[in-house]
Amino acid sequence: MSAILPLTVEGLGFAAGGETLLAGIGFALRAGMRSVVLGPNGAGKSLLLRLLHGLIRPTAGSMRWSAPEPARVQALVFQRPVLLRRSVAANIYYALELRGVSDAGRVDEALARTGLTALADRPARVLSGGEQQRLALARAWATRPELLLLDEPTANLDPAATRAVEEIVAAIHAAGTKIVMTTHDLGQARRLADEVLFLHRGRLVEHRPATEFFAAPASEAARAFLKGDLPW
Amino acid sequence: MDELAQAARLALRLITEFDSALVDIIARSLLVTASATVLAAALGLPLGALLALARFPGRQMLLVTVHALMALPPVVLGLLVYLVLSRAGPLGFLGLLYTPTAMIIAQTLLILPILAALASQQIEELAREYGELLRSLGAGPWHAAATLLWEGRFALATALLTGFGRAAGEVGAVMIVGGNIDRATRVMTTAIALETGRGQLALALALGLVLIALGVGVTVATFGLRALARRLSAA
Repeated sequence: MSAILPLTVEGLGFAAGGETLLAGIGFALRAGMRSVVLGPNGAGKSLLLRLLHGLIRPTAGSMRWSAPEPARVQALVFQRPVLLRRSVAANIYYALELRGVSDAGRVDEALARTGLTALADRPARVLSGGEQQRLALARAWATRPELLLLDEPTANLDPAATRAVEEIVAAIHAAGTKIVMTTHDLGQARRLADEVLFLHRGRLVEHRPATEFFAAPASEAARAFLKGDLPW
Repeated sequence: MDELAQAARLALRLITEFDSALVDIIARSLLVTASATVLAAALGLPLGALLALARFPGRQMLLVTVHALMALPPVVLGLLVYLVLSRAGPLGFLGLLYTPTAMIIAQTLLILPILAALASQQIEELAREYGELLRSLGAGPWHAAATLLWEGRFALATALLTGFGRAAGEVGAVMIVGGNIDRATRVMTTAIALETGRGQLALALALGLVLIALGVGVTVATFGLRALARRLSAA
């Protein structure tokens, strides 16, 4: 199968109800490095992920993937894990079946990699918040996506659960999956980012290697954001 | 007072001794109502899913119609089915009037709107929760609808019990299309109406007690389902 990356995004915009929520977004997304989409609440981070994933259609601009049907080799992990009313293992199997893979071995593998093996037969929705997000990651990982999109995956989690999620994301990346993750947590961005896409008020203000971005942000908005003066 | 006590004693004896006339009526009632519930579920749940998920011209109209039909009095529904099935009616050639089949048809139509309306509400709610996930995982519309029906299984089972309870307790529709014929189309509710009218209180009371027990059973099952759903966090 040919790879969907690199992706070229040009002039991407989204408007709804007469309000422009994203405009003039242009960047290239290459395989490999972990891209962190950073920005304050309401900057359009979640929206950008949903556009990339094909859940909503852009109202302007274009996305050019390197292979057709990009959604089939992507997975999206939501801020609040959305789990089916069935067992932990069945949640993973459900996703695999939809990808045409009926392989219980993949379920066991995903459970083992996320430390959920002992919980395999539990109803998914009685798990703790951290366990639920690990399950969402396991479900995503089991399909072996080329691109994993994560929408503030640790926003509702305590520090221990956050660390567990970050470790799993690192492992998924190490196994060869491209990571695109949104966050407004600066510490997390520093820990995980290879490159930063800084969004502010629906515009892509900076797109640079993480070390450069954190050492010397080029824009006023990013400087204020890094200082903690959440600009609006 | 004395007469009442005597009727009650006789009623209990009919029940405890499995009186053949009583058992015959109960069995027919359960068969008719259970068949109607199964049929109404087979039609109503997919209809509910369609109303919740699909967008087509006339959807709003259909939704209003379904909700309006929920309030249709059983006796009026019975009349309408009678008109269709009577010898002069469009389906008169089938010869179904005054058969259990006619009663099943009437009760199916009676609870179909209830099941469709409850299912559409439930599935619309689930679609809000799961819509993005299912699209993200690549589920097509049919697969998504089936998944949502399964996700709502506890609430939908409760809806089935509601439908069953309503059908089991209605008298108007089955009286008109069934005719309350002994050993043929007599069910619990029509028998109670007849026996009370004839002053035969014992059989009426015995059937009444069975109906009450059935109602209690349905309620207990509903609560049990809810508790189970909560425990599995599936509510």
